[in-house]
Amino acid sequence: MSLNRIFAIVLRQLYLIRGSFSRVFPTFAWIAVDMVLWGFLTKYLNTVTSSGFNFVPVLLGAVLLWDFFIRIMQGVTMAFFEDVWSRNFLNVFATPILISEYVGGLVLSSIATSAIGLAVMLFIAVVFFKLSLLIYGLMIIPFLFILFLFGIALGIFACGIVLRFGPASEWFIWPLPALISPFAGVLYPVSVLPKWMQVVSVFLPPSYVFEGLRACISGGAVSGIAFVKGGCLAIVYICLAYWFLARVYRHALRTGLIARYSAETIS
Amino acid sequence: MEKILSVKALGKTYGTTIALDNVSFEVNRNEIVGLLGPNGAGKTTTINMILGVLEPDAGAIRIKGLDLASHRSEAISHTNFTAVYAPLPGNLTVAQNLNIFGRLYGVRKLPEHIEGLIKQFDLGQFRDKKCGVLSSGEQTRVGLAKAMLNSPDLLLLDEPTASLDPATAREVRSKIREFVLQGSGGVLWTSHNMYEVEDVCDRVLFLSHGRVLLEGNPKTLPAEHGKKTLEDLFITVAREPLTLGLS
Repeated sequence: MSLNRIFAIVLRQLYLIRGSFSRVFPTFAWIAVDMVLWGFLTKYLNTVTSSGFNFVPVLLGAVLLWDFFIRIMQGVTMAFFEDVWSRNFLNVFATPILISEYVGGLVLSSIATSAIGLAVMLFIAVVFFKLSLLIYGLMIIPFLFILFLFGIALGIFACGIVLRFGPASEWFIWPLPALISPFAGVLYPVSVLPKWMQVVSVFLPPSYVFEGLRACISGGAVSGIAFVKGGCLAIVYICLAYWFLARVYRHALRTGLIARYSAETIS
Repeated sequence: MEKILSVKALGKTYGTTIALDNVSFEVNRNEIVGLLGPNGAGKTTTINMILGVLEPDAGAIRIKGLDLASHRSEAISHTNFTAVYAPLPGNLTVAQNLNIFGRLYGVRKLPEHIEGLIKQFDLGQFRDKKCGVLSSGEQTRVGLAKAMLNSPDLLLLDEPTASLDPATAREVRSKIREFVLQGSGGVLWTSHNMYEVEDVCDRVLFLSHGRVLLEGNPKTLPAEHGKKTLEDLFITVAREPLTLGLS
């Protein structure tokens, strides 16, 4: 494992972001809009409900965490797409780089870009909508950690899909978080879901995070075992996603797809 | 002579199409070997295999004695390449591309090395220009600079002078000759320009339908087969190999 080669992938991403407004803008713009939108919605809900229940940590906090998860996933895929868009696979994979180093570079790139997004979201949520992170206590650490791991897993899986099915399959990737969100109970307890959806949510690490978040706010007991389960599941998904990408990479080497990627398939 | 590349009995099939059939050859240090053949003969397939981006169905590749299949990363670190169909990312500057690829190839003292290459390939004025805005000739020079980054033992050049004007093509050829004269490594070169091949290559291999049909010195090979020029020989090998007793 060469740190220099991993750093090369990160450096490439930093060069691209540094020199391009169209890359910098999306790292914070849409999540900032999300924060503002959900911030005002929660404010409004606080005024129309007489229960005195504070929606800010439940809804705005959940949206913040969910957006963080999406940024992590997209951080991995965007760094990968840069090679897709610039038709750079042949140049990159004809170097001594290992697939594990390449993935390591994508993950580190994602951490860098997601950190910016998280900082912007926190700034807006805390300063303008009085979201207090203290309400989550130390639980914020496992919340972020599980979502981070699952975001990495989904990002790696998405890279595998695009490598296998070609540049056009990029459009399968963007809606993936939206497909998961109804099952993950981001904005509502999993218990309101029909039974079959609850079964699916058991296998989704974010569902443990958002259930924990609600328990935390309502002053109920937060299950440590649930977090361990969520974390372990996320690690399993990272392993499965990496296995999938490595298999797709091997397939691409056997078929010659790496060298002729724009052809999308070689048969 | 030190053997840099050894290719033994390479084979590759796509469905029912045989892309490579029992291809074997070697490249020695200080030697420029031309890989010739009509479109679809298997030249790029061979180069992709040596670059480790395409797995052969059969055969073995050894680079500096290292088996590519089992020591990919180490073996590939002794190679580099440039190809007309693989330009460096156009959204990065010349210096950024060289910095990134230098790190990918594990080049030591990279900044000094990059400076040397920028000077050698006369890229000073383009250092901070994005590669996508450079002309074909300038991009070829950047590609060559990238290919020399790690002072490779084996340099693979897939039509490096295609789309270049004669003056730039001559300049590129002289840079590659310079590389070989310095004793840095061996070169495997594909080209459709037979005059260039005759001028530059020490030895040529004619590929057709995935097989090596002829091998020899480009200056003497045409006469050995009753042809006036290498181009005549190329056309005959491509269209009527049976007339040369080749099949």
